[in-house]
Amino acid sequence: MTTVTPPVTAQEPATGRRRKAPLSEGARAERRLGWLLCAPAVIVMVAVTAYPIGYAIYLSLERYIMSSPQLTKFVGLSNYGAILSSPFWWHALVVTIIITVVSVGIEFVLGMLLALLMYRTIWGKGGIRTAILIPYGIVTVAAAFSWLYAWTPSTGYLSALFGNAAPLTSTWQAIGVIILAEIWKTTAFMALLLMAGLSLVPEDLLKASKVDGASAWQRFTKVILPLMKPAILVALLFRMLDAFRIFDNIFILTAGNNGTGSVSILTYDNLFIGLNLGLGSALSILILICVAIIAFVFIRGFGAAAPGSSAAR
Amino acid sequence: MAATTRSKVGWSVANIVTIVLVLIPLVWIISLSFKTTASITDPTYFPVHWTWSNYSGILTTSTFLRPLLNSIGIGLISTFIAVVLASMAAYAVARLRFPGKQVLIGVSLLIAMFPAIALATPLFNIERILGLFNTWPGLIIPYIATGLPLGIYTLSAFFREIPWELEKAAKVDGATPFQAFVRVIAPLAAPGMVTTAILVFLFCWNEFLLAITLTATTAARTAPAALSFFTGNSQFAVPTGSISAAAVVITIPIIIFVLFFQRRIVAGLTAGAVKG
Repeated sequence: MTTVTPPVTAQEPATGRRRKAPLSEGARAERRLGWLLCAPAVIVMVAVTAYPIGYAIYLSLERYIMSSPQLTKFVGLSNYGAILSSPFWWHALVVTIIITVVSVGIEFVLGMLLALLMYRTIWGKGGIRTAILIPYGIVTVAAAFSWLYAWTPSTGYLSALFGNAAPLTSTWQAIGVIILAEIWKTTAFMALLLMAGLSLVPEDLLKASKVDGASAWQRFTKVILPLMKPAILVALLFRMLDAFRIFDNIFILTAGNNGTGSVSILTYDNLFIGLNLGLGSALSILILICVAIIAFVFIRGFGAAAPGSSAAR
Repeated sequence: MAATTRSKVGWSVANIVTIVLVLIPLVWIISLSFKTTASITDPTYFPVHWTWSNYSGILTTSTFLRPLLNSIGIGLISTFIAVVLASMAAYAVARLRFPGKQVLIGVSLLIAMFPAIALATPLFNIERILGLFNTWPGLIIPYIATGLPLGIYTLSAFFREIPWELEKAAKVDGATPFQAFVRVIAPLAAPGMVTTAILVFLFCWNEFLLAITLTATTAARTAPAALSFFTGNSQFAVPTGSISAAAVVITIPIIIFVLFFQRRIVAGLTAGAVKG
């Protein structure tokens, strides 16, 4: 499929993106086909995301409340100012960060244990895999209802276990319940990603280190973990970005009451209950910026072989 | 390496513990769905009084049946279109050479990382203006757009594993291009496409935020969204039983589905991770 292009005399390529000679007909046709095949997917993705985001930026610069549309006017950055000086925003941000860090941290530890378990287990590998896929397959909302009723006093077994407790009515206990729901739902996925990374660790290396007298813990920290680093970073990055956007579980469990709302819940409230398109849009853009910062920090700070970069492909 | 009996027992116990922990909430919601309304306030794990009334209640009301239909229809259509588009793009990425491949993968990952609420905000207004609000296309189009990154990522990982030279070998053996494609390539590509379709469908079925923001009535509302707006039979009773029954109905078929295809699903989820 590759064609050799004979070096031609000095013909400056149009855009200067290739410093070699112009492409042959075959290579050009291949390019066109490539772009053509990708075009529909790209068009849909860009149309549904790029344009609305641009529109959201525009909306965020207006005061636009849907119940009184005639008062819409351009107000520049004052929406952002209002948000950044509001304790509601900062509280929601702190709650979101705590939920993200704690649940991803615990999921990582549990997921690693599960991965090691699935990797080593001789019996019931299918059983474990099944058990792990059930949280993945369950609709988040359905699982959230299960937890909601479990923790409701006089209805739930978990509430009864703790003496008819009502953790969903107090801020930090509710956050604990939310974190539990998150961990239950996605530890499976984390375990799967880590198991894929684990399977790349060569068995011989482990055997050799055992022969050299390394203990199980040493084998784990000095051989397995370093070799799993790319997989670990991918798993952590994906999960962190995912957890930051948490919405479903909180919506069902507490609807964000008692100060348990994440930034997504805050945005939803402003948008669909407060009907404030300007503020809601500004909040959305801020969340987008936060997500971008997290991704950036991760990829830069940890030097991950980011998916899509040449190192990974 | 040979495992000692002690370590075997250890792992088996850990296995069992894990399985039990995973099943607890699932069994709970099932048991709730069988509890009579009166015994809902009885915090026993298993029902003392069994009843089918919760199920008969929801399966005969359009406030649940219609959203169920919406979920199925919207899910299937979005999945189909998304997989077709993703296949084309993934084929190009895996087999052809053209600039912008990295950009495509990078952009689609970027889109996968978007907070859904950031999209819901402008989409809400845009769809209102375009008349797409509370319609099937109003959900299908965003679902395709957000399902495409998953599809492209998974499929390009699968397609890259296909030994494309087999196609040439078949042609050398005298097959026409069409025969080569149908007999050699298609069977190799099919598992990847089935897996991707399953993953995308699961994603659409599970989707909640866009479903509640871009719909207003059962005309287009999907099952998870309808579940959160259930008010039950009377306005005073919290419809725990009905909601539980509804939750079970939208979950159990999917779980059976997932268990049936578990090998494929695990392969699909790890394909992206390992190769990418």
